[in-house]
Amino acid sequence: MIRHTLGRLATTILIAVVLAFFTLPMLWLASAPFDDTPTITTSIPDFTLRNFSAILDNPYALGSIRNSLIQGGGAAALVVVLAALSAYALSRVRVPGRDALLYLLLLLSSVVTGTAAMVPIFELATRLDLIDTHLGVILVVSGGLLPAAIFILKDFMDETPTTYEESARVFGASPLQILRHIVIPLVRPGLATIAVWALASVWGGFLFQFILLRDPEKAPGSVILYTLYTEGGAPKLDLISTFSLLYSLPVVAMYLFVSQRYGFRFHGGIKR
Amino acid sequence: MARPTSAADAAGLGRTRAVAFVLPALTLIAVFLIFPALWTIYLGLTDYRLTGLAAADPQIVGLDNYTGALTDPRFLTSMWLTVLYVGGSAIIGQAGLGFTLAWILRSRTGPVRRVVEGVVLLSWILPSTVVGFLWFALLDRDDGTLNALLHTPGFAWLLDHPLLSIIVFNVWRGTAFSMMLYSAALENVPPSHLETARLAGANVPQQLRDVVLPRIRRHILTNLLLISLWTFNDFTPFVLTGGGPEGRSEILPVYVYRVALRDGQLGVGAAISFLILLINLLFALAYLRLLRGRRRDREAAATPGPPA
Amino acid sequence: MRLPSRPALIGAVTVLALTSCGTGTDSGGGSTTLTIAANSIEGGKNSESAQWIKQWVIPEFEKTHPNVKVLFQPSGVDDEQYKTKIALDLKSRTGADVIDLDGIWVGEFAQAGYVKPLTEVGGATIEQWEGWAQIPQAVQGLGIFDGKKYGLPQGTDGRVLFYNKTLFEKAGLPATWQPASWQEIIDAGTKLKAAGVPTPIQLNAGTAMGEATTMQGVLPLLAGAGSEIYAAGKWTGASTAMKDALGLYRQIYGGSGLGDPRLQQEAKGRDKSFAQFAAGKIGILAESDYFWRSVVEPQAGVAPMKDRDQVVGYAKIPAKQPGAGIRGQDHVSMSGGAVRVLNPFSKNPKLAWDLLAFMHSAAATKSQLAGQVRISSRTDVNDEVLTADPMLKYVADEVLPLTAYRPGLAVYPQVSTALQEATAAVVSGTAPDEAATAYQGKLEGLVGGAANVGG
Repeated sequence: MIRHTLGRLATTILIAVVLAFFTLPMLWLASAPFDDTPTITTSIPDFTLRNFSAILDNPYALGSIRNSLIQGGGAAALVVVLAALSAYALSRVRVPGRDALLYLLLLLSSVVTGTAAMVPIFELATRLDLIDTHLGVILVVSGGLLPAAIFILKDFMDETPTTYEESARVFGASPLQILRHIVIPLVRPGLATIAVWALASVWGGFLFQFILLRDPEKAPGSVILYTLYTEGGAPKLDLISTFSLLYSLPVVAMYLFVSQRYGFRFHGGIKR
Repeated sequence: MARPTSAADAAGLGRTRAVAFVLPALTLIAVFLIFPALWTIYLGLTDYRLTGLAAADPQIVGLDNYTGALTDPRFLTSMWLTVLYVGGSAIIGQAGLGFTLAWILRSRTGPVRRVVEGVVLLSWILPSTVVGFLWFALLDRDDGTLNALLHTPGFAWLLDHPLLSIIVFNVWRGTAFSMMLYSAALENVPPSHLETARLAGANVPQQLRDVVLPRIRRHILTNLLLISLWTFNDFTPFVLTGGGPEGRSEILPVYVYRVALRDGQLGVGAAISFLILLINLLFALAYLRLLRGRRRDREAAATPGPPA
Repeated sequence: MRLPSRPALIGAVTVLALTSCGTGTDSGGGSTTLTIAANSIEGGKNSESAQWIKQWVIPEFEKTHPNVKVLFQPSGVDDEQYKTKIALDLKSRTGADVIDLDGIWVGEFAQAGYVKPLTEVGGATIEQWEGWAQIPQAVQGLGIFDGKKYGLPQGTDGRVLFYNKTLFEKAGLPATWQPASWQEIIDAGTKLKAAGVPTPIQLNAGTAMGEATTMQGVLPLLAGAGSEIYAAGKWTGASTAMKDALGLYRQIYGGSGLGDPRLQQEAKGRDKSFAQFAAGKIGILAESDYFWRSVVEPQAGVAPMKDRDQVVGYAKIPAKQPGAGIRGQDHVSMSGGAVRVLNPFSKNPKLAWDLLAFMHSAAATKSQLAGQVRISSRTDVNDEVLTADPMLKYVADEVLPLTAYRPGLAVYPQVSTALQEATAAVVSGTAPDEAATAYQGKLEGLVGGAANVGG
């Protein structure tokens, strides 16, 4: 019994430490936007809401969050749909060497998301007339995210039992119907996770968004965040902290929505 | 790695439909991933630069970029730092903490679980530029929150322990993914088996080894492959330390950034990107061997019970 | 690998995308369109300049050119990233008609074939432009590469020593201070130290500060020791002047307590140094007039000082000893500045030149400066405008005649990094001679061998 109590105690302490570890860095985001003269350190704010009206005066700030939603949401939707389709097919039909192939694509995606690939990506987008379009950004970032998404989702699809599908098939359901009505509901938490993962990955991305877009009316928040500096490169912390807060909110909101609605994890459809 | 269930084609997909399902993703990947990736690998064989004479007329230099990098002590240091960074922050840190959290939280419900999962996930989804500022406020030498809490004024975490700082930072940043993956994996472990093991007197490490590990081996593999790859290509620490002081936190993505963007040597940058790919391949092979090898050992020594 | 045909590909990807995405629409109406690209953006970096282009340049130019529509393409990001974007545009022969560049990039862009001499793009009449007479030869140099004019300079700046008069008074130093040698800087620092000033001297060092280390640190010191980084086709290696410059770093950071070596290593060290100066913790700080205009500026600065005009003093950077500077000078400085170039792939090069020349007319320059004071490229405008700010007038009158510029060659950014690394080594305890030798080794690797390196 003593051992049990000690175990409980250790667990509780561990949870407290983990909570502190993950919460501490976020204090800045809670204090600086409300501070009259924010610095790079956390302090009790000299309370003001002036920074919010200042950031709303920026002609691109709010629009950029909308652009982030278009680009991030578009990429997330595209990645989820395409990855689900192909992960399902790869999971259910035997293709020789598919795991190796998937991993190879995963490796290549690391080359393409790096700085060194910017010239090929830019030239490709120029030739496909995708410069300065949301679509261009969506396609380029989706290309980099798809292999990992397929990789993760295929793992999932492998785990779901095939008995339901077999019986549905007996009743004459088409493969697309089976996917939609049986498999998707089973892996829905996984799809939700992939959607949030894709959105979060796109949300902070800067380099490709910056070189692919020309009109600041289309620039996402990550690009606008980089403009809030002086000519000499010093950050305007009042604007940056406030914009950071506003800019993080949609992702947090999306997480809350998804976790309420679908549960936020890779699994959970089937309990054995 | 193919599992018997997946080969069954339960939905009656057939080859043609399977191809149709895969084709959209494959097209997108071919155009926006394979094509630019091969082009980048080709650039790695040239002296291509963004500006200057070499931009107008790039020359094929063969493997010069590779030999140049492999003989550059700075690259080798950077590679070693990256291996430590990946080993410390991804393999030990994220996977370890992620599993621990998943294990502790597996039987809990209610607010504690939701709050812990919530903050861990929040640190994962915040934009990286924002995250840079957050950690700066935490670790700053003069007025950082950490020094205020620990009563260590003036302790320069980022300067005296740059690698440790970015390792801890990346654990904070990326544990969420591993936590979610292991939470899912642990649901595949029937509670009755754990209970049986517990009643048979197995302590927690023994339960983990004999009951849990065999069932989540595949997830461990996926997890390690992905987080290593991502961590190898993670540029975020740059906002914290700028690679310094004196390159002591210059991990490979930062090195590539410096070479390709700041110095404009895109050819060299491309070559190093390809080297990073090869290192990742080595890591992947090592994981496969390790996790497969274990399985064989286990199958060979199937019968003897757990050591006391 | 073969790609599917382009229409098929676009069709396929369009169908795949789940969001509707508008592409930029042209103004239409059969009129000609010109585009201006600049690294400025409303509400962000260089906001005033963006506002000037949108609210003054475009309407005024369109008034006199009724069939022309002028568009503005703002960026407002880190210089390196802006440079990358412009280079990519020009490489694929697209991009804006009139483009903002840092003067230091002109050489490498010209070598790459991304920009061409103005007369080649816009015609020989460019030589007759009225503005040339108003731009001093040295300032014109910002847009010149290999003896040819590639761009019009927008303005320039100068580097000085800023000092805190309150701290000086505390240390028994004069309110009006002009050091005549490096030793006098060290002496002032020592007195400040004795008077309890935490960091007497901030001389940028290390790689984290980037180009600020080179421009505000190594190069002015090198000039003060009588040497330029690139002269007569050779780069300066581990020369006596270089060792002297690194020696001064040693005096400040090598245990004397005159400077804060850790600050030089921090990723945000420069920002912190600004905040510390504003908070009265730094006595002397070497910076360009940017510091005066945008950092300690009482209202909108990033580290505002309400009493800037009373407290902040400025002095010319002295040579090592009187007369030891380049060209035998007693004092030295370094300058840079942006230029505007014509896109050689412009569809309307003549019209683009009209726009460019219009943006550099006296009226336009005056309008750009409205409400803020900076040093423009035109002497006629400077004479009129700078009287409003004694500091900038001081730079224009006293400092610019002494100044020097960096070489605009593609390899320069790497040489600059090597210089920063040399200072970083000294700050962390390496002997100046040793750091200079290591620098020379790196330099030879960068510039193609010892033959291109001078003593």
